[in-house]
Amino acid sequence: MFEGILIAGFGGQGVLSTGQLLAYAGMLENRHVAWIPSYGPEMRGGTANCGISISDKLISSPVVSEPTVLIAMNRPSLEKFEKTVEPGGIIFVNSSLIEIKATRKDVSVFYIPANNIAEELGNAKVANNIILGALLELTGVVTPDTVEESLRKVLPPHYHKLIPINRKALETGAELVKNGNSSSMAG
Amino acid sequence: MAKMLMKGNEAIGEGAIRAGCRYFFGYPITPQSELPHYLAKKMPEVGGLYLQAESETASINMVFGAAGAGARVMTSSSGPGISLMQEGISYLAGAELPCVIVNIIRGGPGLGNIAPAQSDYFQAVKGGGHGDYRLIVLAPASVQEIIDLMGDAFDLADKYRNPVMLMGDGVLGQMMEPVELAGEKEITIPKKPWASTGRMGRKDKRLISSLQIVPENCEKHNIKLFEKYAVAGQNEQRWEEYCLEDAELVLVAFGTAARICKAVVDTCRAEGRAVGLLRPVTLWPFPVKAFEKTIATAKRYLSVEMSMGQMVEDVRLAVNGRRPVSFYGRVGGMLPVARDIYNEVQKLLARGKA
Repeated sequence: MFEGILIAGFGGQGVLSTGQLLAYAGMLENRHVAWIPSYGPEMRGGTANCGISISDKLISSPVVSEPTVLIAMNRPSLEKFEKTVEPGGIIFVNSSLIEIKATRKDVSVFYIPANNIAEELGNAKVANNIILGALLELTGVVTPDTVEESLRKVLPPHYHKLIPINRKALETGAELVKNGNSSSMAG
Repeated sequence: MAKMLMKGNEAIGEGAIRAGCRYFFGYPITPQSELPHYLAKKMPEVGGLYLQAESETASINMVFGAAGAGARVMTSSSGPGISLMQEGISYLAGAELPCVIVNIIRGGPGLGNIAPAQSDYFQAVKGGGHGDYRLIVLAPASVQEIIDLMGDAFDLADKYRNPVMLMGDGVLGQMMEPVELAGEKEITIPKKPWASTGRMGRKDKRLISSLQIVPENCEKHNIKLFEKYAVAGQNEQRWEEYCLEDAELVLVAFGTAARICKAVVDTCRAEGRAVGLLRPVTLWPFPVKAFEKTIATAKRYLSVEMSMGQMVEDVRLAVNGRRPVSFYGRVGGMLPVARDIYNEVQKLLARGKA
């Protein structure tokens, strides 16, 4: 079992912390995990991304150059990383902010209006976890229970009141791809 | 103790505090700035001192002062900053002052870039500064090993009264991995009867200096230093052996390059090919003993580095003409890719059969 997950968006979207949450959950499930941010000469307000490796085996290079899963939270991320995804892999497109379609035919593409759904749920900040929920449903890389446990461990206690809405976000994302209604598969 | 997720740069800082280091002098540079950032927060919490100096030159001379007073002290930087420190490092070695210097290497030469590299190998193990001296150089390959080696780094510095360098690359500094922190253990910092701590009623005068103005004395001092290096060279070699017992092709790699080579060894072993990995943990002293262990089965060695070929020279010295030694490298901030190393291995194995 190996997943190399690339989460990309713009600074402030929480892509780095979403990646850390996923890595933490992998650690709690006793997998080998590694997390690495892009630390290039990016501008403030520019793009941010991180790679998360979760595996049964020792992780060789933590740099996720050929992701099995790409989460594109904004358009530049989709344009930049679509071509790097492994054939047979998965691309999640945040269709609230990305109006274009992916062009790859050899990967599964899911369009999820994460920001809109997050606002409907009552907290715009849980957009990432809606897509994370879909990712967990499709890959089973870790369980939603472990992600919730991770939130309890990484969040300071005064933020624990936000755990239910995050759990709800994970479940909403999972439902979307389970029913296939927000998804469209190419190829 | 439970596992936690930690960044390599932060692990260096945590490892230093746990080793009893209470003084840090440095100047920020990517890709190691999380380390001074971490210590700026943590040092005051443990009664230590964090100071951002005006430059790397100032940092290393502050390290000289604190080490001379007997403190456990460290600094950190990346290539360009380490280059600026070379004069101070030579002075520290000359004055036999223990300290720890961290280099999280980036692409060079010159300003280069901030991506990961291993191209400061020569600078670390062959000198860098002027005069005859050695650094003990440690090369971890995971965040856990960073934590484990930081304690050893300070102990070795005190044991040999010599600067120790911990060398990683941008990937190791930036990545997060699970670590297990051992319970707080009693730190025993050896007595330093040479340290300049004020007279305090003593009769003897303690002078910390690297000045040896009389050539006869300077030669004696050099010989004394090299007697010390000979002991360290014999006793402190460290390495990891991976699938080496019957290896005909031995990959030699350290740090991040070694992690990637391990995956290549796994692929080769799954195909029934006798390939193994020798991972130097000490770059100086270079683990020549490991080569003596492998030479019987080895038909060839392949040094894999994130440089244009630096450690390969030490591999050749250790093998000493008995077997062919090849090199594969990526440079300038590029990482070797497992598939490309595998192809190189296939080529060499085919050549061995011909």
